[in-house]
Amino acid sequence: MKIAILLSVLCPAAAWSSLSMKAGGAESNVNSRRGFFTKAAASVVAGSVGFVQASQAYNLPDLPYKYEALEPHIDTPTMKIHHDKHHATYVANLNKALEGKDQPEIVDLMENAIAAGPAVRNNGGGHYNHAFFWSELEAADKAKNTKPSKQLEELINKSFGSVDELKSQFNARAAPGALFGSGWVWVCVNKKGDELKLVGTPNQDNPLMKGAADEIMFPILGLDVWEHAYYLKYQNRRPEYVENFWNLVNWDKVSENCAYVVEKHAGVPVQG
Amino acid sequence: MTITKVLSQTALKAAVNLQSAKVPTQLVKSSAALFSAYGGKQQELPSLTYDYGALEPAISAETMTIHHTKHHATYVNNLNAAIDKLDAALSSGDVSGIISLQAALKFNGGGHLNHTLFWENLTPHLTHPESPKGDLATAIDQCFGSYDGFKKQMSDKTIAIQGSGWGWLGYNKSTGRLEIATCANQDPLQATTGLVPLLGIDVWEHAYYVDYRNVRPDYVKQIWDVIDWDAVEARLNAAK
Repeated sequence: MKIAILLSVLCPAAAWSSLSMKAGGAESNVNSRRGFFTKAAASVVAGSVGFVQASQAYNLPDLPYKYEALEPHIDTPTMKIHHDKHHATYVANLNKALEGKDQPEIVDLMENAIAAGPAVRNNGGGHYNHAFFWSELEAADKAKNTKPSKQLEELINKSFGSVDELKSQFNARAAPGALFGSGWVWVCVNKKGDELKLVGTPNQDNPLMKGAADEIMFPILGLDVWEHAYYLKYQNRRPEYVENFWNLVNWDKVSENCAYVVEKHAGVPVQG
Repeated sequence: MTITKVLSQTALKAAVNLQSAKVPTQLVKSSAALFSAYGGKQQELPSLTYDYGALEPAISAETMTIHHTKHHATYVNNLNAAIDKLDAALSSGDVSGIISLQAALKFNGGGHLNHTLFWENLTPHLTHPESPKGDLATAIDQCFGSYDGFKKQMSDKTIAIQGSGWGWLGYNKSTGRLEIATCANQDPLQATTGLVPLLGIDVWEHAYYVDYRNVRPDYVKQIWDVIDWDAVEARLNAAK
């Protein structure tokens, strides 16, 4: 804790947030005062090196690849608008909604997001979901060299029979007639950590939220099926978008997510 | 036709027929027809009464084309498939089958109803009154204070819809008053709230994404330029 405080004085606020994320579950006390530390650290740094950084609790994470990296399956204009406008708006609105209030890590905000009211539910959910989404995607030529870990493969075979069967059921769950309107489809590890489940959630809900599904579950893979996620390239052809999505899945990251949630029985932390 | 089929068709027609006591005007004919057209009859994609480009710049030809020929057409096709299945389930008394079709009927039936109403309450700019007239104007002033007051309230509520849905001006038959309401997804206004639909604004992203991207407020601001107030007034008079 003392070392962390010392480091927070020396490092920019963004680095502090990633430090506190890596420290994992023991940070729960610190998280509720995260806003304070972030602001304190930022103001000290700003004073000492003339470095100006907005000391917001939540930040739009950078994409881990260029906007055009996911072509042709997800087009560049969509990535730009989806990240720079839609996701950015969720972050801005979340910061507004929680100004002067408790500002836990975004993953920790999820459990009670529905009880916290529409502003937190929609914008907090929107922020988490999109940060989660960017991190599981990869350029197609790199993605094709990734594969499920042994742990993930065993869970997939146990719960669905095979990867192909998982994809087939996922695609059906993501179809316009199955997930009507705006929402997300998720592959989750159940609370016990011994099975995978497929679940769809409306709008910006996710399975980490109490009340979103029958029980809290931990996503390891998700797909945005709001029209803004695919409209410019696919118009109403959502099934085509969903099929092409599989070309971009970084199975190494999904496997990491799986290992994390099985061990911790908690949601995957994300940047921002 | 079996007696069961005749009876069930009669019951369903009575349940969905809103216009039984009135002769609908030409303007609301197709949506009125929708409400009374059950009986295993296949639904049809209605034609627009204006060109795809006629609503520019508020709504582009590209949007109108995709919205009408793809989105609305798909609702019609899927509704017809569901109606066929419902027909079969009704005929054979398959209650479980009837119930299992409810979601598809609501999504696709609602989608068909809503979009039919939508095309009819839009019209090219400057070919129509620019603001409500007659009985409609009186009702709006009574219920919302002024046209501008009404426009602001309806815009705010419509923009605030989370995810996909519709903003509506509706008529409350019990109170005789106008109300603003919003519905999620393709939930049809009357079946969901009891209000008779007078004016609908589609805020599914497909309605505005090509032209406005994520800026829904700009779309809602512009659409007031292309509202067919004659159609809205005719609906009000038919509903009273």
